[in-house]
Amino acid sequence: MNLLHDSLLELIRRTSTEIPDDVHRAILASLENERKGTIAASAMKIIDQNIALAKTKSQPICQDTGSIIFYVECPVGFDQMTFTEAARAAVKQATAKGYLRQNSVDSLTGRNDGTNLGPGSPTLHFHQHASDAVSVKLILKGGGCENVGAQYSLPHTGLNANRDLDGCRKAILDAVVQAQGKGCGPGILGVCIGGDRATGYEHSKVQLLRLLDDRNPHPDLARLEQDIVETSNQLGIGPMGFGGKTTLLGCKIGVLNRLPASYFVSVSYMCWAYRRHGVTLRADGTIAGWLY
Amino acid sequence: MIKLTTPISESTIRSLKVGDEVLLTGTVFTGRDAVHKYLHDGGQLPPEVNLREGVLYHCGPVVIKDDQGRWKCVAAGPTTSIREEPYQWQVIRDLGLRGVIGKGGMGDKTLKACQEHGCVYLHAVGGAAQVLAECIRKVSGVYLMEEFGAPEAIWEFQVEDFPAVVTIDSHGGSLHRQIFAQSQAELAKHL
Ligand code: SF4
Repeated sequence: MNLLHDSLLELIRRTSTEIPDDVHRAILASLENERKGTIAASAMKIIDQNIALAKTKSQPICQDTGSIIFYVECPVGFDQMTFTEAARAAVKQATAKGYLRQNSVDSLTGRNDGTNLGPGSPTLHFHQHASDAVSVKLILKGGGCENVGAQYSLPHTGLNANRDLDGCRKAILDAVVQAQGKGCGPGILGVCIGGDRATGYEHSKVQLLRLLDDRNPHPDLARLEQDIVETSNQLGIGPMGFGGKTTLLGCKIGVLNRLPASYFVSVSYMCWAYRRHGVTLRADGTIAGWLY
Repeated sequence: MIKLTTPISESTIRSLKVGDEVLLTGTVFTGRDAVHKYLHDGGQLPPEVNLREGVLYHCGPVVIKDDQGRWKCVAAGPTTSIREEPYQWQVIRDLGLRGVIGKGGMGDKTLKACQEHGCVYLHAVGGAAQVLAECIRKVSGVYLMEEFGAPEAIWEFQVEDFPAVVTIDSHGGSLHRQIFAQSQAELAKHL
């Protein structure tokens, strides 16, 4: 229990203070790509300095340390209750240590008890798999970018978007234009085509667990992901909506079955402060390795 | 880069235009949701909070006390400004602000107040909590802490070379409006 608690605390610390390598590489590439002397280049430079500073000082990259979402893959017979308890204790301690801001508010009373514990905080998703390994991934998702997420029900008259991949493309690009300047871009999109209103958003967030430079195994989706990034980066929105070449750093699209009556496209927007890490755990709860 | 030092004169503010990058030095007061609502409802500021020709920062900082009991700001990125849109015009007018720092831009009422009273909106880089906290050299006061709690209180900061971009100027220019229109027109070509 104690070893597991320490491992989860370290996972939270690292997630809040260190950007994953794949995201950092994408940020550095876009800093190179912005025209020198523009405000877009200045913004990317400040972002890069901020990433370095947060790491050296072991302090949160952004003060909004976001919704705390754990994804756990575990073998049959894994004790989820003990794990949940350890995760809650680690969240509480990470908050006391300042790795997480006091960020969870009672929706009815407005009260913030300063622990980050409460209904829905943290959120844990467990999945059993046919292996003895335990892996834990963590996303900290900020409020500003969550606010610009969007869900479209197709067909959509205003966008002239039908129930096909071209309709999905129109919906996703509309979300990009509407989000400009608000979600601390450059952003990364997690998208789900299909599902219902709840599972669609849920699955769109799962896409954010993918590596930025992976390739979707489905060729049509791989093409759409690439097209969304390229097209978005031609719109001139740029970092922070200042104008420039980097509007998106990535787009990851997943699919769920839908009902004949529904066709949802759910878009989760992640800000540049893309806080995501993961560990594999040994049987005693210690960290065996890092995933990103 | 244009260097600005508080208090800022009207003529200096009028010389700024959309897209200018500035480095701000001097005194900055924070104020977010609770403060705007309070002022809108007729609340009075303590006399120490002098914002005439000054700068207001939309920010809920993380401030701690160090070993010697001095305040130290450890994270200070901007918060989303548009929530203050219903109140900002009045605050600019009544307090005589020359600058408002935030993120995400503001709307037409604020734009008009900037034009009428000589004020600009300064966009800081959202999420850059550490870089911006480094620019805060001293926490020189805190006001209305009892009433509003730490993130919503009015903090008085001495800043040095705090980086921001003018995205709403005092001549009716708005980078937000401009980029939105351009990006929509551009998108139409790709559909
Ligand atoms: S959108 Fe992201 S970077 Fe911006 S303030 Fe929120 S958490 Fe921070």
